[in-house]
Amino acid sequence: MASFILNGKPISVDADPAMPILWVVREKLGLSGTKFGCGIAQCGACTVHLDGQPVRSCSTPVSQAEGRQVTTIEGIAGPEGELTKVQEAWISEQVPQCGYCQSGQIMSATALLRDNPNPTDADIDAAMSGNICRCGTYTRIRRAIKVAAGQVEPSTQEA
Amino acid sequence: MNDMTPEKKERSKLAKWSRRGFIGAGVLAGGGLLIGIGVRPGNPIGALAPKVAAGEGEQLINSWVKIDMDNIVTAIVPHCEMGQGAHSVLAQMLADELDAAWDKVRVMQAPADGSYVVTDTARMFVAPFTMNAADWIEPTWNGLFTQVARLADAMITGGSSSIRTTGQHSMRVAGAAARKMLIGAAADAWGVPAAEIATRDSTLFHEASGKSATYAEFASAAAEQPMDQTPTLKTSDQYRLMGRSKPRTDIPCKVDGTAKFGMDAVPEGLDLSYAAVVRPPVPGTTVTSMDASRAKAMSGVLQILNMGDFVAVVADSYWQAQQAINTVKIDWSPSDSPIKTMEDQFAVFAKALDEAGETGGKEAAAKGNAQDALGKAAKRIDAEYRAPYLAHSPMEPINCTAHVTESKCDIWASTQVPLMARSAVADTLGLDKDAVSVHQDYLGGGFGRRLGSDEMAMAARIAKTTGYPVKVVWSREEDTQKAYYRCADLCRMRAGLDADGKLIAYDSVFTQRHDPAEASVPAMYGIENTSIRVAEAPLHLPFQAWRSVDHSQQGFFVESFIDEAAHTAGQDPLEYRLAMLADASRHKAVLEKVAQISNWGETLPEGKAKGVAIVESFGTIVAEVIEVDMTSGKPRLSNIWAVCDAGYVMNPDGFRNQIEGGIVFGLTAAMYGELELKDGAVVQSNFHDYKMLRMNEVPGIAVELINSGDVPIGGAGEPGLPPAAPALANAIFAATGKRIRELPIAKQFA
Repeated sequence: MASFILNGKPISVDADPAMPILWVVREKLGLSGTKFGCGIAQCGACTVHLDGQPVRSCSTPVSQAEGRQVTTIEGIAGPEGELTKVQEAWISEQVPQCGYCQSGQIMSATALLRDNPNPTDADIDAAMSGNICRCGTYTRIRRAIKVAAGQVEPSTQEA
Repeated sequence: MNDMTPEKKERSKLAKWSRRGFIGAGVLAGGGLLIGIGVRPGNPIGALAPKVAAGEGEQLINSWVKIDMDNIVTAIVPHCEMGQGAHSVLAQMLADELDAAWDKVRVMQAPADGSYVVTDTARMFVAPFTMNAADWIEPTWNGLFTQVARLADAMITGGSSSIRTTGQHSMRVAGAAARKMLIGAAADAWGVPAAEIATRDSTLFHEASGKSATYAEFASAAAEQPMDQTPTLKTSDQYRLMGRSKPRTDIPCKVDGTAKFGMDAVPEGLDLSYAAVVRPPVPGTTVTSMDASRAKAMSGVLQILNMGDFVAVVADSYWQAQQAINTVKIDWSPSDSPIKTMEDQFAVFAKALDEAGETGGKEAAAKGNAQDALGKAAKRIDAEYRAPYLAHSPMEPINCTAHVTESKCDIWASTQVPLMARSAVADTLGLDKDAVSVHQDYLGGGFGRRLGSDEMAMAARIAKTTGYPVKVVWSREEDTQKAYYRCADLCRMRAGLDADGKLIAYDSVFTQRHDPAEASVPAMYGIENTSIRVAEAPLHLPFQAWRSVDHSQQGFFVESFIDEAAHTAGQDPLEYRLAMLADASRHKAVLEKVAQISNWGETLPEGKAKGVAIVESFGTIVAEVIEVDMTSGKPRLSNIWAVCDAGYVMNPDGFRNQIEGGIVFGLTAAMYGELELKDGAVVQSNFHDYKMLRMNEVPGIAVELINSGDVPIGGAGEPGLPPAAPALANAIFAATGKRIRELPIAKQFA
């Protein structure tokens, strides 16, 4: 039995302690926003926060989450589902293409901006280079992070 | 096969051209013919409604659009959404012709059903001459090609074609036809002439009487109206949604984790088990023996299956299944392929090219007398170029969920070809294809990888064996090592220049030619003597169309070699190209524009240089300038500019996003993409050794669009890719004097 706080709610789940958080969350708890991409912590699609720190959930056994806070993409919005600044910027910059990697991208960007509200390009490189986007949306991700940080204006949207 | 039914025969024959129709779209007549061909003959909404408009108060108007009681207009889109934005833009096109209020437009994925074949692309490929048919014969052609497309399972997304075929010829026509039906219904009810009724924001107006009504109020009556298969479409000055950067409808769910991909399918009421698989490391081999004793004892393992051509472990969770299958020892039959390494593969290519010599092989294109002109040239260049095998590597791993009962099968999958997948499953199980249902959500990337149906057939076999529903997931390693690939190739090129440096002869010969047929032909340059030849040679790894298909290697070969010619002539490579584009005004304008925005010719600091390339593919002309920084001794991308002429662009921001993505995809391949072989098996396995460009390696990308006016509109998904590798390679030459004649690049500077 594994017990931890998932998106603010305490849960207990019957799982092999060695099973990665990714599969516990996806298959046993039904939250499919966290993605499987590589299984070896190379692509970042599975990024979640463990006590606020971004980790690759495909390679982090659920035993390491015991008693700790796990936050997934489903858990970052406000209590009424209000999108975060990062999520809003992802929309204003029309970042996603296929979207499969974007949960992980957003989790990495969220952690970056919480620790460093005014990141430089080098800071963005350092925080985001563990996340692969096969569609190649990197320039938009960079811009969206700057929008979320208030460094640049959001792109104008045609309503 | 001699047990093929006539239908199966037709399907296998047509599958080839239907794929070509999408992928080889360079031969299409283009998308500029604004005649009505997209709506279904007879408007079969009675049969379709239970499948697509079963919600309360929903009224299907024609195959492609329904309206509900809240005046929500839903576009039913026959293409998959894999990041290219087709769902949203196709809805934009339908909604514009329908005069629908954009904030009340929704998108629905059309079911995998013969009613939703994409007739127009098939038709434009096999019989472009019918595209300009007179109104009286149009319904006949439309009916005929709908039947043909159904036989071919032609429900395909690829070839950068959704907008220019289905968009131009189905969604717009469907929207305009539906609008006319709504007007007809209102005219009847109000007793006024149809011509006096105006439409705006999903509302009908009759100014003289002051009457107005929402579309919802007349939806049922509209469905009873005759449907015009050739309604008048808007001209560009009348567009309200087309040509505008409307935010994509699929993006909000992709930022909060609610978007559902095939991998996320959890069919209601089914208790899923999970399977991991191991396929043959060398193509075509089979299991000779296996030892699964360790796996049997592992927790969660339900079944271990030797399927002959692969092994599967079924467990309570995918992770348990994968852990268990990793312990299974499998012996495979020997392969009869003589190719064990990439040296072997390139030797096979070289042998075919040696045999073709200077004039042999199949002629792919010819103009003047290249051989003769090469003999008379003042200067000659001979070069040999190489391209490696590449994997598609979509971020969503290959997966399929299957539930098989005695009489039917349900499949949940991420696929670019849902009807071909349905047929593959039906054939595998010996079921009628109507007994197979294919369900699909978003695709976590496609790039051509999801044009195959192997994983669906495998999942069906596993689920039939188990008798309970199973989600089959391929590990990243399985997909990298045992899938379908962009082909490797070897290309020998010869050029002859006259005393002034003018390119007067051009000859190339290579071994792989798939689609589009013209990818290897530098037609725009108007070189007087050209010969393009193909000397076919076998591939060790199976081929699958990979983003931009032949353009992905030919763009590199052709545009690098043209750069060699420019330097041999002692001329600026951009000016050299411009001089050859005298009869290609659109290409010339694109190149001039990219020179301008990239400040071509500026003096750069030591170690930095720019390279240029221009390729027309899938109806769109794209020129790119890439600036590289070699100061560390290794190439570092420092700036990228692109200019595109696709004619009229339906959603400029979405188009730019596709070009940016195509460039990064092309540069990833150029820098790192390579699969090696050892004992006939692929060596690379996952993202640590099959590397992708990452955030820290991708600089700013400026994309500008030119609309050269009344030309058939071009595609978006692929055209950004082909110029990327040669522009980078040409920049490296400009910086270092080292000519890049094989990919990938990074390891050449390690």
